[in-house]
Amino acid sequence: MDVDALYQEIILDHYRNPVGKGLREPFAAQVHHVNPTCGDEIDLRVTLGHDEAGRTIIEDVSYDGQGCSISQASASVLHELLVGQTEADALAIEGAFHEMVSSRGRIEPDEDVLGDAAAFAGVSKYPARVKCALLSWMAFKDALVQAHADGGVAAQSNEADADSGRSR
Amino acid sequence: MSIAEADRTRVWDATSIREDFPILARTVRDGRRLVYLDSAATSQKPRTVLDAERYYYETANAAVHRGAHQLAEEATEAYEGARARIASFVGARADDVVFTRNATEGLNLIAYAFSNATAKSIHGAVLPDGGEQFVLAPGDEIVVTEMEHHANLVPWQEVCAKTGALLRWIPITDEGRLDLDAMKDIIGPRTKVVSFTHQSNLLGTINDVAAVSQAAREVAALVVLDACQSIPHQAVDVSTLDVDAVAWSGHKMLGPTGIGCLWMRPEIADAMSPFITGGSMIETVTMAESTFAAPPTRFEAGVPMVAQAVGLAAACDYLDALGMHEVAAHEHRLTQRTLDGLAAIPGVRVIGPTVNESRGSAVSFVVDGIHPHDLGQVLDDRGVAVRVGHHCAWPTCRRMNVPATTRVSPYLYNDVSDIDAFLSALQDSRKFFGVA
Ligand SMILES: Cc1ncc(COP(=O)(O)O)c(C=O)c1O
Repeated sequence: MDVDALYQEIILDHYRNPVGKGLREPFAAQVHHVNPTCGDEIDLRVTLGHDEAGRTIIEDVSYDGQGCSISQASASVLHELLVGQTEADALAIEGAFHEMVSSRGRIEPDEDVLGDAAAFAGVSKYPARVKCALLSWMAFKDALVQAHADGGVAAQSNEADADSGRSR
Repeated sequence: MSIAEADRTRVWDATSIREDFPILARTVRDGRRLVYLDSAATSQKPRTVLDAERYYYETANAAVHRGAHQLAEEATEAYEGARARIASFVGARADDVVFTRNATEGLNLIAYAFSNATAKSIHGAVLPDGGEQFVLAPGDEIVVTEMEHHANLVPWQEVCAKTGALLRWIPITDEGRLDLDAMKDIIGPRTKVVSFTHQSNLLGTINDVAAVSQAAREVAALVVLDACQSIPHQAVDVSTLDVDAVAWSGHKMLGPTGIGCLWMRPEIADAMSPFITGGSMIETVTMAESTFAAPPTRFEAGVPMVAQAVGLAAACDYLDALGMHEVAAHEHRLTQRTLDGLAAIPGVRVIGPTVNESRGSAVSFVVDGIHPHDLGQVLDDRGVAVRVGHHCAWPTCRRMNVPATTRVSPYLYNDVSDIDAFLSALQDSRKFFGVA
């Protein structure tokens, strides 16, 4: 049954034991995203840094929220995959994930790029659930934009105003 | 022979009723029988409704109220005949029923009567006789309840933003009933409108219309009723309800999408400024200004939804052939079965009245350890169609301390086997998510 393909054990594991959940400081930007059709919500923060080559690094993604297993597991997988990546690589993974879950089952996941996120391939057959899977990823992208708008890495400090990066 | 044509018997024959609804014969998700339990969102349509629309298009289609030809005459007769038929279904006079797109538009029509009259009065524009009752001043109050569908909440928030009026709401109890004691402090001398739902689409609660309207009458407030979830499910006679306006949708009562109704007391409708303006709703037009037709025409700008009106009239025929008291009695039995079945499953909590009194067939619930969205998905996999989420009553969910619920809402074509199929799929879901 397709519903078994949707609820892969990996997804249920991430749902029951989310990785990196909880809001942490310092952070460069915080956003609040909702899925207005079902009421799922997420608060998400990004913390940025630089590596030796001067590239922007995703030092942390912290989040809190409530919602269905797909939206919650997706945030956990996002944390696991993106923390420690360069911003460019993180955006590439985000792009691959977005493309896969929006593909109506047409795109086979590339496990080398997507890791545990490949388990979300089954979501793409359920159009109503695509938004659940994307909630945290859209929030992440938005948070990056906010972080850069607020001065990016420079804005990262304990004094960063929790509300300055809020968006709807 | 289907039940609509057959002599009515005392036994509810859901099997032959189902034969009248072509869509119920289809299968879903790899050949499973469709168990449709989402009629509070929209109902399915019997063949007679579909045929009526087709027949109209095949034999009489023309723009109504204009055109000098025979088709225009017949189309107008079909449209106005449908109005009379639908009006009689709720005990109304034909001229007191305005066709709208849906209940949402009907409620907006009234909300806009207030904000339009208020804006016009500021600039000295002429209002219809009696139009001052729609002019709001800062500090005037609009009262709704904590169990409203967004359709009967957001339009009033907008009126408040435009006029400076204050929005207040009657709270609900933990059981999901209106708190009528608290109401006494909410409805007061500054209350200009009380707009509330007859039957909650989320909780299933049926409200005591007389209790609320009486409190509103004492302060001479206008009373508006959202009957979206009551008119499809029980006999409603607007002439005996002590209210000024009633809005509902056709698609929840076996009718087509794209048509709703707004019944208004004639003295109220006469005094109201129009909502959507343009062709068909005028009396005279010059380059500088216009005067408007009498209701209901004043509120029906543009070419209206004739085929949908004809279809909705056929839906009224279908419902009357079954009898609305019988429909309500059948749903009452299904509601009891649902409540009993849910009570027997561990970790399930009904959100709304658990006593089958003053309660409709929409039953919302939450299950420990399973988010509604996930539950809905597994039920769907078993062919059971339910709704999940906040049901366009987000503040009601917050009040009941749940982010979302799962809702079943059976109708006249469902029977006990559908309820049992749902309950058994619910048990499967608990196993699936490892909470059983
Ligand atoms: C109580 C209630 N009011 C209003 C509406 C809005 O109806 P429509 O979307 O047809 O305008 C609904 C529909 O779900 C409802 O249940």
